[in-house]
Amino acid sequence: MKRTYADLHLCPNLADTEQALSMVKKASKLGYRMIAITFPPNFVEADARGLQNACKRATMDFATRVDLKPKTPDELLKGLRRFRRRFEIVAVLCESKDVARQAGKDRRVDLLNFSSLDFRRRFFDLAEAELASNGLASFEIDMKQLLALEGPSRIRLLSSLRREAAIAEDFGIPIVMSSGASGELLMRRPLELAALANLFDLGQRAALDAVSRNPMSIVKRNREKLSARFVAPGIRIVRRGKDC
Amino acid sequence: MALEIDSKEPIGSDEFMDALWNCVARLYGEYGASRTGLSLIDYDAERRFLVVRAAHTAVEMVRTALASITRIGNKSVAIHVLCVSGTIKALYKKIRL
Repeated sequence: MKRTYADLHLCPNLADTEQALSMVKKASKLGYRMIAITFPPNFVEADARGLQNACKRATMDFATRVDLKPKTPDELLKGLRRFRRRFEIVAVLCESKDVARQAGKDRRVDLLNFSSLDFRRRFFDLAEAELASNGLASFEIDMKQLLALEGPSRIRLLSSLRREAAIAEDFGIPIVMSSGASGELLMRRPLELAALANLFDLGQRAALDAVSRNPMSIVKRNREKLSARFVAPGIRIVRRGKDC
Repeated sequence: MALEIDSKEPIGSDEFMDALWNCVARLYGEYGASRTGLSLIDYDAERRFLVVRAAHTAVEMVRTALASITRIGNKSVAIHVLCVSGTIKALYKKIRL
């Protein structure tokens, strides 16, 4: 079956509409059928409408995403309470161990993102994986860092990613690879992102799943939950009316 | 492999090949680079389109190296693989399709 590719982390400058629209067009040209754009938590839906229409014209699906960057677990819980129902994708940038642990076990979190370059501040270890394996969160890898770094810092990043990807696979945590691109020149084709995963020893099938099946299933699951017909996992309203 | 250079500035074929060799050598070392059998077959500066030959056992290595190129000299670039084929004849056929 033909794969449908998705990039769940595009970060255009939303103040520059032209740039955002050109990134949408570029994503379509590169072969993506679904993109998610990061919005600030206080965004208004009208902001997203222009991009949504541009995606529709480019025959692509569009999802809204928020990146939460809490300093404490309490702040994370508050953020999830406020924003979970407003965005289709919720990612947590884990900058402390407490936040990472809370995000790992919370079923409202979709993506765990560890962006720190210092390997001591990357908290995706065995304990984190154990927690995340009982939740719904996926492990997100942004390729932007891999492209931007050079020399020893890239070597250290590759080493961390190799260890983290192996842990995620062992615990059955889905891996999602995103571009994290803030400009057109940092965007890559899905197969190119999958090829970059060779550098941290992710198998070809797992790498392709990380740019197709895994991100698509997150969006599908959340849309189902956000729909008015959703009651609880496995229960949804089929029909309304007096005769029901 | 048929490639497309995405850049606002013109890129010369020598510049491109130097960048590609450097990138392969940086990622896989000189031993790895020697196994790729890279050579430039065709270069169309106007369309920013080019064809390179690589050993079939090293296609993924070359694809990875191409994806990791972000600059050539002082110019920001992205290189995209348009298609890969076993023979040059079939490659051109695929591109025309």
